[in-house]
Amino acid sequence: MSTKVYAGTEVTVNDEGFFADAGQWREEMAPEIAREAGLGTLTPRHWQVVTFMRHEYAEKGTGPSVRALSKTSGVSVKELYQLFPKGPAKLAAKIAGIPKPRGCI
Amino acid sequence: MTNDAVTSNGTIEKVSIVVSKGSLEGVYPALIMANGARAEGIEANLFFTFFGLDAIHKARHEHIKLATVGNPGLHLATWAGGLPGVSSVMTHYMAHKMGQLDIPPISEFIEMIADTGAGLYACQASVDLFGLTRDDFIEQVKDIITVGEFYDLAAGGQIIFT
Repeated sequence: MSTKVYAGTEVTVNDEGFFADAGQWREEMAPEIAREAGLGTLTPRHWQVVTFMRHEYAEKGTGPSVRALSKTSGVSVKELYQLFPKGPAKLAAKIAGIPKPRGCI
Repeated sequence: MTNDAVTSNGTIEKVSIVVSKGSLEGVYPALIMANGARAEGIEANLFFTFFGLDAIHKARHEHIKLATVGNPGLHLATWAGGLPGVSSVMTHYMAHKMGQLDIPPISEFIEMIADTGAGLYACQASVDLFGLTRDDFIEQVKDIITVGEFYDLAAGGQIIFT
Protein backbone atom coordinates (compact mmCIF):
# COMPACT_ATOMS: atom_id res chain seq x y z
CA MET A 1 0.00 0.00 0.00
CA SER A 2 1.11 3.54 -0.73
CA THR A 3 -0.48 6.92 -1.11
CA LYS A 4 -1.08 9.08 -4.16
CA VAL A 5 -2.45 12.55 -4.68
CA TYR A 6 -5.25 12.90 -7.21
CA ALA A 7 -7.17 16.16 -7.67
CA GLY A 8 -5.35 17.55 -4.64
CA THR A 9 -6.49 14.78 -2.30
CA GLU A 10 -4.36 12.02 -0.83
CA VAL A 11 -5.69 8.50 -1.45
CA THR A 12 -4.47 4.99 -0.56
CA VAL A 13 -3.62 2.68 -3.46
CA ASN A 14 -2.26 -0.89 -3.64
CA ASP A 15 0.97 -1.99 -5.35
CA GLU A 16 -0.72 -2.03 -8.76
CA GLY A 17 -2.20 1.44 -8.29
CA PHE A 18 -5.80 0.38 -7.58
CA PHE A 19 -7.71 2.27 -4.90
CA ALA A 20 -7.71 0.52 -1.54
CA ASP A 21 -10.92 2.32 -0.60
CA ALA A 22 -13.41 3.02 -3.39
CA GLY A 23 -14.99 5.62 -1.09
CA GLN A 24 -11.96 7.90 -1.51
CA TRP A 25 -12.61 8.26 -5.25
CA ARG A 26 -14.11 11.40 -6.77
CA GLU A 27 -14.95 12.12 -10.40
CA GLU A 28 -12.29 14.85 -10.70
CA MET A 29 -9.63 12.21 -10.02
CA ALA A 30 -10.50 10.07 -13.07
CA PRO A 31 -8.74 12.17 -15.75
CA GLU A 32 -5.51 12.16 -13.73
CA ILE A 33 -5.60 8.39 -13.18
CA ALA A 34 -6.35 7.92 -16.89
CA ARG A 35 -3.40 10.07 -17.92
CA GLU A 36 -1.14 8.12 -15.58
CA ALA A 37 -2.39 4.87 -17.16
CA GLY A 38 -1.39 6.14 -20.59
CA LEU A 39 -4.84 7.15 -21.84
CA GLY A 40 -5.61 10.50 -23.40
CA THR A 41 -8.67 12.59 -22.67
CA LEU A 42 -11.64 10.64 -21.36
CA THR A 43 -14.48 10.72 -23.91
CA PRO A 44 -18.18 10.27 -23.05
CA ARG A 45 -17.78 6.60 -24.10
CA HIS A 46 -14.93 6.14 -21.59
CA TRP A 47 -17.12 7.75 -18.95
CA GLN A 48 -20.00 5.45 -19.77
CA VAL A 49 -17.76 2.47 -18.99
CA VAL A 50 -16.20 4.04 -15.88
CA THR A 51 -19.61 4.98 -14.47
CA PHE A 52 -20.86 1.49 -15.22
CA MET A 53 -17.90 -0.07 -13.39
CA ARG A 54 -18.69 1.97 -10.27
CA HIS A 55 -22.33 1.06 -10.51
CA GLU A 56 -21.53 -2.68 -10.79
CA TYR A 57 -19.10 -2.46 -7.89
CA ALA A 58 -21.68 -0.72 -5.70
CA GLU A 59 -24.24 -3.43 -6.52
CA LYS A 60 -22.14 -6.57 -6.51
CA GLY A 61 -19.03 -5.71 -4.54
CA THR A 62 -16.79 -6.51 -7.49
CA GLY A 63 -16.12 -5.08 -10.94
CA PRO A 64 -17.12 -7.11 -14.03
CA SER A 65 -14.74 -8.96 -16.38
CA VAL A 66 -14.47 -7.80 -20.00
CA ARG A 67 -17.11 -10.27 -21.18
CA ALA A 68 -19.59 -9.35 -18.47
CA LEU A 69 -18.81 -5.69 -19.07
CA SER A 70 -19.60 -5.91 -22.79
CA LYS A 71 -22.75 -7.95 -22.20
CA THR A 72 -24.23 -5.56 -19.67
CA SER A 73 -22.83 -2.12 -20.50
CA GLY A 74 -23.84 -2.04 -24.15
CA VAL A 75 -20.27 -1.34 -25.30
CA SER A 76 -18.91 -4.09 -27.58
CA VAL A 77 -15.70 -6.00 -26.80
CA LYS A 78 -14.10 -4.43 -29.86
CA GLU A 79 -14.90 -0.90 -28.74
CA LEU A 80 -13.87 -1.64 -25.15
CA TYR A 81 -10.40 -2.54 -26.40
CA GLN A 82 -10.31 0.59 -28.57
CA LEU A 83 -11.19 2.71 -25.55
CA PHE A 84 -8.86 0.88 -23.14
CA PRO A 85 -6.17 -0.87 -25.20
CA LYS A 86 -4.21 -2.08 -22.18
CA GLY A 87 -7.10 -4.10 -20.77
CA PRO A 88 -10.64 -2.65 -20.52
CA ALA A 89 -11.86 -4.14 -17.23
CA LYS A 90 -8.55 -3.57 -15.52
CA LEU A 91 -8.03 0.01 -16.69
CA ALA A 92 -11.64 1.09 -16.29
CA ALA A 93 -11.58 -0.30 -12.73
CA LYS A 94 -8.43 1.63 -11.96
CA ILE A 95 -9.88 4.86 -13.33
CA ALA A 96 -13.16 4.20 -11.50
CA GLY A 97 -11.32 3.78 -8.20
CA ILE A 98 -12.52 0.22 -7.57
CA PRO A 99 -10.48 -2.99 -7.00
CA LYS A 100 -9.13 -4.90 -9.97
CA PRO A 101 -11.78 -7.39 -11.16
CA ARG A 102 -10.81 -11.02 -10.59
CA GLY A 103 -11.99 -13.65 -13.02
CA CYS A 104 -10.62 -15.77 -15.83
CA ILE A 105 -13.06 -15.07 -18.63
CA MET B 1 20.59 -14.01 -18.14
CA THR B 2 18.39 -11.68 -20.11
CA ASN B 3 15.03 -12.56 -21.59
CA ASP B 4 13.46 -10.34 -24.25
CA ALA B 5 10.00 -11.71 -23.59
CA VAL B 6 10.04 -10.17 -20.15
CA THR B 7 10.47 -6.46 -19.71
CA SER B 8 12.85 -4.95 -17.17
CA ASN B 9 10.06 -4.67 -14.61
CA GLY B 10 9.22 -8.36 -14.99
CA THR B 11 5.94 -8.14 -16.92
CA ILE B 12 5.01 -10.23 -19.97
CA GLU B 13 4.32 -8.09 -23.05
CA LYS B 14 3.38 -10.68 -25.69
CA VAL B 15 2.28 -14.33 -25.88
CA SER B 16 1.91 -16.60 -28.89
CA ILE B 17 -0.20 -19.65 -28.15
CA VAL B 18 -0.09 -22.80 -30.27
CA VAL B 19 -3.31 -24.84 -30.33
CA SER B 20 -2.56 -28.37 -31.52
CA LYS B 21 -5.48 -30.36 -30.08
CA GLY B 22 -9.01 -30.62 -31.42
CA SER B 23 -10.75 -31.72 -28.23
CA LEU B 24 -12.79 -29.50 -25.92
CA GLU B 25 -10.25 -29.82 -23.12
CA GLY B 26 -7.50 -29.23 -25.66
CA VAL B 27 -8.93 -25.98 -27.01
CA TYR B 28 -10.39 -24.15 -23.98
CA PRO B 29 -7.19 -23.64 -21.98
CA ALA B 30 -5.55 -21.90 -24.95
CA LEU B 31 -8.59 -19.66 -25.44
CA ILE B 32 -8.74 -18.75 -21.76
CA MET B 33 -5.04 -17.93 -21.77
CA ALA B 34 -5.32 -15.79 -24.91
CA ASN B 35 -8.39 -13.93 -23.67
CA GLY B 36 -6.83 -13.48 -20.24
CA ALA B 37 -3.67 -12.10 -21.81
CA ARG B 38 -5.63 -9.47 -23.73
CA ALA B 39 -7.60 -8.56 -20.60
CA GLU B 40 -4.25 -7.80 -18.94
CA GLY B 41 -3.18 -5.68 -21.88
CA ILE B 42 -0.78 -8.34 -23.17
CA GLU B 43 -0.51 -8.76 -26.94
CA ALA B 44 -1.70 -12.25 -27.98
CA ASN B 45 -1.60 -14.46 -31.07
CA LEU B 46 -3.18 -17.86 -31.56
CA PHE B 47 -1.63 -20.33 -34.00
CA PHE B 48 -3.90 -23.27 -34.86
CA THR B 49 -2.12 -26.37 -36.04
CA PHE B 50 -3.00 -30.02 -36.69
CA PHE B 51 -6.33 -30.98 -35.07
CA GLY B 52 -6.40 -27.59 -33.38
CA LEU B 53 -7.58 -26.28 -36.77
CA ASP B 54 -11.05 -27.61 -35.95
CA ALA B 55 -11.46 -24.70 -33.53
CA ILE B 56 -11.45 -22.22 -36.45
CA HIS B 57 -13.06 -24.52 -39.02
CA LYS B 58 -16.47 -23.12 -40.05
CA ALA B 59 -18.21 -26.49 -40.14
CA ARG B 60 -16.51 -27.94 -37.07
CA HIS B 61 -15.92 -25.25 -34.48
CA GLU B 62 -19.41 -25.64 -33.04
CA HIS B 63 -18.95 -29.38 -32.69
CA ILE B 64 -15.78 -29.71 -30.64
CA LYS B 65 -16.12 -32.67 -28.29
CA LEU B 66 -14.70 -33.74 -24.98
CA ALA B 67 -12.38 -36.76 -25.25
CA THR B 68 -14.05 -39.54 -23.28
CA VAL B 69 -11.58 -42.24 -24.31
CA GLY B 70 -7.96 -42.11 -23.15
CA ASN B 71 -8.80 -39.38 -20.67
CA PRO B 72 -8.09 -40.69 -17.15
CA GLY B 73 -8.96 -37.29 -15.66
CA LEU B 74 -12.59 -37.97 -16.46
CA HIS B 75 -12.64 -40.93 -14.01
CA LEU B 76 -14.77 -42.91 -16.41
CA ALA B 77 -13.99 -46.53 -17.40
CA THR B 78 -12.35 -46.56 -20.83
CA TRP B 79 -14.91 -49.02 -22.21
CA ALA B 80 -17.75 -46.74 -21.04
CA GLY B 81 -16.16 -43.69 -22.66
CA GLY B 82 -16.20 -45.47 -26.01
CA LEU B 83 -19.92 -46.23 -26.02
CA PRO B 84 -21.89 -44.41 -28.75
CA GLY B 85 -23.14 -41.02 -27.61
CA VAL B 86 -21.08 -40.82 -24.42
CA SER B 87 -18.77 -38.14 -25.80
CA SER B 88 -21.78 -36.06 -26.89
CA VAL B 89 -23.52 -36.42 -23.54
CA MET B 90 -20.38 -35.50 -21.60
CA THR B 91 -19.77 -32.54 -23.94
CA HIS B 92 -23.33 -31.30 -23.34
CA TYR B 93 -22.91 -31.69 -19.62
CA MET B 94 -19.65 -29.74 -19.72
CA ALA B 95 -21.23 -27.02 -21.88
CA HIS B 96 -24.05 -26.73 -19.34
CA LYS B 97 -21.60 -26.37 -16.44
CA MET B 98 -19.60 -23.80 -18.38
CA GLY B 99 -22.73 -21.88 -19.27
CA GLN B 100 -23.50 -21.55 -15.56
CA LEU B 101 -20.08 -19.94 -15.09
CA ASP B 102 -20.65 -17.70 -18.12
CA ILE B 103 -17.85 -19.35 -20.10
CA PRO B 104 -18.87 -18.91 -23.74
CA PRO B 105 -19.05 -21.77 -26.28
CA ILE B 106 -15.88 -22.17 -28.36
CA SER B 107 -17.28 -20.49 -31.49
CA GLU B 108 -18.43 -17.42 -29.55
CA PHE B 109 -15.26 -17.35 -27.45
CA ILE B 110 -13.06 -17.29 -30.55
CA GLU B 111 -15.05 -14.41 -32.05
CA MET B 112 -14.68 -12.52 -28.80
CA ILE B 113 -10.93 -13.16 -28.72
CA ALA B 114 -10.63 -11.81 -32.27
CA ASP B 115 -12.54 -8.72 -31.10
CA THR B 116 -10.01 -8.18 -28.32
CA GLY B 117 -7.43 -7.64 -31.05
CA ALA B 118 -5.68 -11.01 -30.75
CA GLY B 119 -4.47 -12.49 -34.04
CA LEU B 120 -5.79 -15.86 -35.22
CA TYR B 121 -3.60 -17.82 -37.63
CA ALA B 122 -3.81 -21.22 -39.29
CA CYS B 123 -0.75 -23.42 -39.82
CA GLN B 124 0.16 -23.79 -43.51
CA ALA B 125 1.53 -27.34 -43.19
CA SER B 126 -1.63 -28.59 -41.45
CA VAL B 127 -3.89 -26.79 -43.92
CA ASP B 128 -2.05 -28.57 -46.76
CA LEU B 129 -2.11 -31.89 -44.91
CA PHE B 130 -5.87 -31.81 -44.43
CA GLY B 131 -6.56 -30.37 -47.89
CA LEU B 132 -8.22 -27.24 -46.52
CA THR B 133 -8.48 -23.72 -47.99
CA ARG B 134 -9.03 -20.21 -46.60
CA ASP B 135 -12.77 -20.63 -47.22
CA ASP B 136 -12.94 -23.48 -44.70
CA PHE B 137 -12.09 -21.10 -41.89
CA ILE B 138 -14.09 -18.49 -40.02
CA GLU B 139 -13.61 -14.92 -41.25
CA GLN B 140 -11.75 -13.87 -38.07
CA VAL B 141 -8.71 -15.90 -39.18
CA LYS B 142 -6.14 -13.34 -40.31
CA ASP B 143 -3.95 -15.58 -42.42
CA ILE B 144 -2.55 -19.02 -43.13
CA ILE B 145 1.11 -18.83 -42.21
CA THR B 146 4.24 -21.01 -42.23
CA VAL B 147 6.09 -22.00 -39.11
CA GLY B 148 8.80 -19.49 -39.99
CA GLU B 149 6.24 -16.70 -40.19
CA PHE B 150 4.87 -17.84 -36.84
CA TYR B 151 8.31 -17.44 -35.26
CA ASP B 152 8.60 -13.95 -36.78
CA LEU B 153 5.23 -13.10 -35.28
CA ALA B 154 6.18 -14.57 -31.91
CA ALA B 155 9.57 -12.85 -31.79
CA GLY B 156 10.23 -11.00 -28.56
CA GLY B 157 7.40 -12.74 -26.72
CA GLN B 158 6.58 -15.96 -24.93
CA ILE B 159 5.44 -19.07 -26.82
CA ILE B 160 2.91 -21.37 -25.15
CA PHE B 161 2.22 -24.80 -26.66
CA THR B 162 -1.08 -26.50 -25.87
